[in-house]
Parts: sequence; structure tokens; C-alpha cells
Amino acid sequence: MSYVENHESSLSAGVSSAEPRDFIALLKPRVMSLVVLTALAGLVAAPTHMHPFLGFVSLLAIAVGAGASGALNMWYDADIDAIMTRTRTRPIPGGRVTRAEALAFGLLLSGLSVFTLGLVSNWLAASLLAFTIFFYVVVYSMWLKRSTPQNIVIGGAAGAFPPMVGYAAATGSITFESILLFAIIFMWTPPHFWALALVKSGDYEKAGIPMMPNVKGPDHTRLEILLYSIVVAPLGVTPWLFGFASIVYGALAFVGGIAFLYFAWNVYRIREGDQADKAAKSLFGFSILYLFVLFVTIVVENGVVPTILSMWTK
Amino acid sequence: MPLNAPDTPQTGVRLTPEQERKRRARNVAIGLAIGFFAILFYAITVVKLGPGVLSGGM
Repeated sequence: MSYVENHESSLSAGVSSAEPRDFIALLKPRVMSLVVLTALAGLVAAPTHMHPFLGFVSLLAIAVGAGASGALNMWYDADIDAIMTRTRTRPIPGGRVTRAEALAFGLLLSGLSVFTLGLVSNWLAASLLAFTIFFYVVVYSMWLKRSTPQNIVIGGAAGAFPPMVGYAAATGSITFESILLFAIIFMWTPPHFWALALVKSGDYEKAGIPMMPNVKGPDHTRLEILLYSIVVAPLGVTPWLFGFASIVYGALAFVGGIAFLYFAWNVYRIREGDQADKAAKSLFGFSILYLFVLFVTIVVENGVVPTILSMWTK
Repeated sequence: MPLNAPDTPQTGVRLTPEQERKRRARNVAIGLAIGFFAILFYAITVVKLGPGVLSGGM
């Protein structure tokens, strides 16, 4: 049964068949976890001290805001989600949640998360969160995703905003340091998503989404992956170069950057057969690990270590 | 005549046991979420205004 038939039958009966876990799935929990990590990094990297409880609620608001934009994305993209194997079991194409429910849920949580962040921290952070939701839903999902192969390049900004929101929640300002954290995720997004798109190009083709491999071809995509990787590897080290992070971060970012380039070079070099798919999957997997290690290091050296030291010296 | 008279045939949507179970689960989740928000905003108020909020002076 297609999502449209399910949607219609649910509406005509006036009965929802959704369970709480379906609404949780609408929030894209795995994306949320990366948002929490990067927002936390922005929050603890800030030079000002924030009350731990208010910091926790700010993070919660940012996470819920990210989840709300995920729900709104699923509301808008239900038609193409039903076509692609990766997304066809999502709550709306799976027939468990109606589009109207997803829209109402997403709008409610968007309003609630922005309002809460404004009350708890400041209205600059709340405005940035509202802009992030707007950017992901309207600019990326509604406009760019179906119209240009540059969709995830520009749309990637939505995923790069959380550390800026976290930093703004703590300081009430946007600084060079938070822009640097934004830039790392922004430049990391294209090689990360294009590695996946190389493997799943058939799916995107079927759904009519103009991803880079479908429009410009796999070879051109491989070249762009390599070029972006050449930018992201040194960019990852810059927080140490500008004195925002320790030598430990600098060393990890340097080694991680070399490995990133190695995996990107393999994707560029190996173009045929299973080995090519394997190289793209390896880059996709490593890119997640790379970003995770960089931001966990920022959290540990700015948040965890100072807390332990202050307890030790008391 | 009362609405729920025993000999009145039931009209409208009849929920299956499965639909009733899911509705109950949704209601419990909404209840828990509202309770969580009430406690959260109480705690935010105390933390933001400090212990002075409990002394009652305006």
C-alpha cells in the first residue's frame, strides 16, 4: 500500500494508527545525536560560563529543534521517501503516521524549541535555531533538494549551524571561533553525502533527486569529493592553529585529516566494481568518525577536563 | 432521551482493540511530555530567578 492510500484511509476513518515511537522516528534520532554533540562543543568552547542546568535545557531545545526540522522534512518529502529503499520504511511512507500529523508535530516542536531556547539563553541563539529550521525545511527540503546538484552543499549549512547556536546560547554572540566550527561541518558535508550518493545513486535517480553522481556523473563527483577533502583536512586543524584548541586536538585533527584524504583518494582512484562501492562506503563511515572525534575532543578539553580539574583543586 | 441509552445503536467510528491500544499509548506519551514540561519550566524559573523566587516578595 502506498503512503498516499494509507494517508487517505487514515484520514477517512479519522483514526490515527501512530504509536509514540513513530513520532520519535520522525525526529531522526541519529541525526539528532550528532547535532547534540556539535552544539555541546559550541557551548563548552565558549569563553563564558553557563549554568549547567540552563546549558542542559539549551542543548535539549537545540536537539528538539533539529528533530522538528526532521519531522517537517519527512512531511514534505513523503513522496520521494516512499520511492527510495533507504527511506521507504519511515513513519509516513510506512503508513503509520499521516502527513498532517507530521506537519503539526514538526510545527509544534519548532515553536516550542525556539521559545524555550529564547527564554533559557538568549534570543540571538533562538533566532539562529529558528533560521536553522527554516533553512533545512524551506531552503534545503522544499527548494534545493529537488532542483540542483549543489543541494547538499548549500543545504549543508543547516547541519553546520548547531555549534554556532550552542556558542550563541552561552555567549549571546557570534564570533570567529564559532564560525570556524560552522565552516568545518559545512565543508565536511559534501564529501560525506556524496560518498553515500555514489553508492545509492540508483535510489536517487528513481526518486528524481538531482544528486551530483546522477547529474554530473560519478567521476566528476569523485573529483569534487577529493577537492572538498583537500579543503576540510587543513580546516579541521585550524581551531588549534588559532589557539582555540589544544595540541592534542591539533594532532588528532592532523592525523584524521591525513586519513580523510587517504579515503577520499581511494574513492577518486578506484572507479569500477565492488571495490569502488567499498571505497565510497569506507569514506562515508570514516567521515562520521572524523567529525565525531574532532567534536568529542573539543567537548572533553573544554568541558570535561576543566570540570574534573576544578573538582580536584577544591 | 439520554445519549448513552443501552438500546441506542452506536454510530460513528468504532476503534479496533489495536487502535485503542495505540491511542492509549499516545495519550500516555502526551501526558508524560506535558508533565515533563511543567517540571522543566518550574526548574528553569527557580534556576533563573535564584532562591529569592521562593521568598514571595515582589
